[in-house]
Amino acid sequence: MKILVCISQTPDTTAKIKFNAEQTQLDANGVQFIMNPYDEWYALVRAIELKEQLGGEVTVIHVGTVANDPTIRKALAIGADNAVRVDSEASSSLFTAKQIAAYAKGENFDIVFFGKETIDYNGSEVPAMVSELLDLPYISYGTEMTVAGNIATISRDIEGGKETVELATPFVISAAKGMAEQRIPNMKGIMMSKTKPIKVVPATANVNTSNIVKYEYPAEKKGCKMISADNIDELVSLLHNEAKVI
Amino acid sequence: MSVLVFAESLTGSIKKVAQEAVAYGYQAAKAMGTECFALTIGKAEGAAELGKIGATKVYNVAASNDFDAQVYASIIAQAAEQLGASLIVFAHSSSGKSLAGRLAARFDGGLASAVISLPTVSGSNIVVRKSVFSGKAFANYELSGAKNVVTIAANTFRPEAVAADAIVETLSISANAGRVKVKSVNTVTGVVPLPEADMVVSAGRGMKGPENWGIVEELATVLGATTACSRPVADVHWRPHHEHVGQTGVAIRPTLYIAIGISGAIQHLAGVNQSKVIVVINNDPEAPFFKAADYGIVGDLFDVVPKMTEAIRKLKAQN
Ligand SMILES: Cc1cc2nc3c(=O)[nH]c(=O)nc-3n(C[C@H](O)[C@H](O)[C@H](O)COP(=O)(O)OP(=O)(O)OC[C@H]3O[C@@H](n4cnc5c(N)ncnc54)[C@H](O)[C@@H]3O)c2cc1C
Repeated sequence: MKILVCISQTPDTTAKIKFNAEQTQLDANGVQFIMNPYDEWYALVRAIELKEQLGGEVTVIHVGTVANDPTIRKALAIGADNAVRVDSEASSSLFTAKQIAAYAKGENFDIVFFGKETIDYNGSEVPAMVSELLDLPYISYGTEMTVAGNIATISRDIEGGKETVELATPFVISAAKGMAEQRIPNMKGIMMSKTKPIKVVPATANVNTSNIVKYEYPAEKKGCKMISADNIDELVSLLHNEAKVI
Repeated sequence: MSVLVFAESLTGSIKKVAQEAVAYGYQAAKAMGTECFALTIGKAEGAAELGKIGATKVYNVAASNDFDAQVYASIIAQAAEQLGASLIVFAHSSSGKSLAGRLAARFDGGLASAVISLPTVSGSNIVVRKSVFSGKAFANYELSGAKNVVTIAANTFRPEAVAADAIVETLSISANAGRVKVKSVNTVTGVVPLPEADMVVSAGRGMKGPENWGIVEELATVLGATTACSRPVADVHWRPHHEHVGQTGVAIRPTLYIAIGISGAIQHLAGVNQSKVIVVINNDPEAPFFKAADYGIVGDLFDVVPKMTEAIRKLKAQN
């Protein structure tokens, strides 16, 4: 099994989000960046489990600058064998997808793994794009996967339930909760990750058709109207007459 | 130029999310000075009615209803070429998310997902808005491809009757054989799936145990709401996984979200803070959820929830 895991970096959910004065860019000052949790817990760990079970190797790829190397090192510490960094800011989803596809094209991966979405933009865009660029089937929001020979059986989240599909490798999959459990890197992994090389490749194809032109802060909440527990009728009446939602 | 809406019908009929996508397409087409076409694939009961909510033409391509993103994307791409689409609209649903990126990649198009605004036209580009960073900000995207793609957030654009039913025309596009075999589909029946639900009653660890969920279900039933839960509750299997909302679970935007015995951690809020009205019931006045709420009750949920059910029942009886 030759597996590629695409890892992204995002601000931690608890990070305070600020922008530059023009509100065109995230102010990264003081923001804690982490490996996107779904890439880490679900995609990377399941890829490593499959390698342990079936043999083969796990490569991680990240589109980003040298400042993001700690995130790549963490993936190596968790158990990835090889790492590739495309040396450029990930300026948009399509730009990022093109870099990943350009690298993957010559490599004949059996499975290209993603987390279901990133926790900052939640678009779930890059995995679908990469699958199209590689002309491969794409299974989104996979929650369970078993592989026998070259046939994978995958359960995926759909609205209000699950769908189970079967397909042969190669394919692209995005992983959601259930696919695997988080692994904490151990000392040996951390030591080894320091000696594994990160292959740095230049960005290739360029494209620029989605641009964030402005960020905005949400309006402040008006504040919560408190109602006494002895006066539930009032709550119901407010929901009916004031909020007009029931 | 046109706006092409993929109106999904994976279960064989057109659902609310597809109608919302058409409602969006209709408004977007107006803003862009063009027409809105709807595309259905396979069996699609209710397709003709998409005319009523703004599709000037409704097309159907014969293919299997079993979803295969690669096959569907190829059909939609061919339709987009034939119909001269400059904007392709999807619901932000499991199939919409699987397709939108494929179409954008194929056409080098701009893409914005889970958008919450109609496009504003800026020269030959459009600008749309979405919620980012767990609801801590909005981002405005300028899309500048020859064919741009959006997925639209659920419960945000309401279909309205603006015309009459359309005649469904067959579009002759041949579907490739797919590589994905759908073995089984298991979805809840009889309730609105969570991402589409207009009202949601959600409960957390404050419930103490799964045996106590009767009061939550009763409240949901009188409201016609769908039930949801916090992550720890799904983790210990008090409730099914598909009910789990939040950052790691389903993200929702209902009109009304009632949170019962949920503390309101940031990871929970990330999936629910786009709700229009939030009601919080918690016995801890310091629970962080109150900061994100519109209406709050400090009290014991085992006392408050049944009373609320009763009060709503009374209200419904009067109206
Ligand atoms: C990376 C990450 C991702 C996460 N993703 C999610 C996610 O997607 N969704 C999610 O929900 N969580 C998520 N979490 C977990 C989250 O941080 C919280 O731990 C979780 O939401 C708490 O669930 P809860 O509110 O049900 O339980 P608690 O935090 O235990 O809260 C229970 C609440 O019930 C109240 N209560 C108790 N008894 C009563 C009573 N008798 N009457 C009224 N109120 C009562 C208490 O005052 C308390 O506020 C995530 C955490 C991490 C680290």
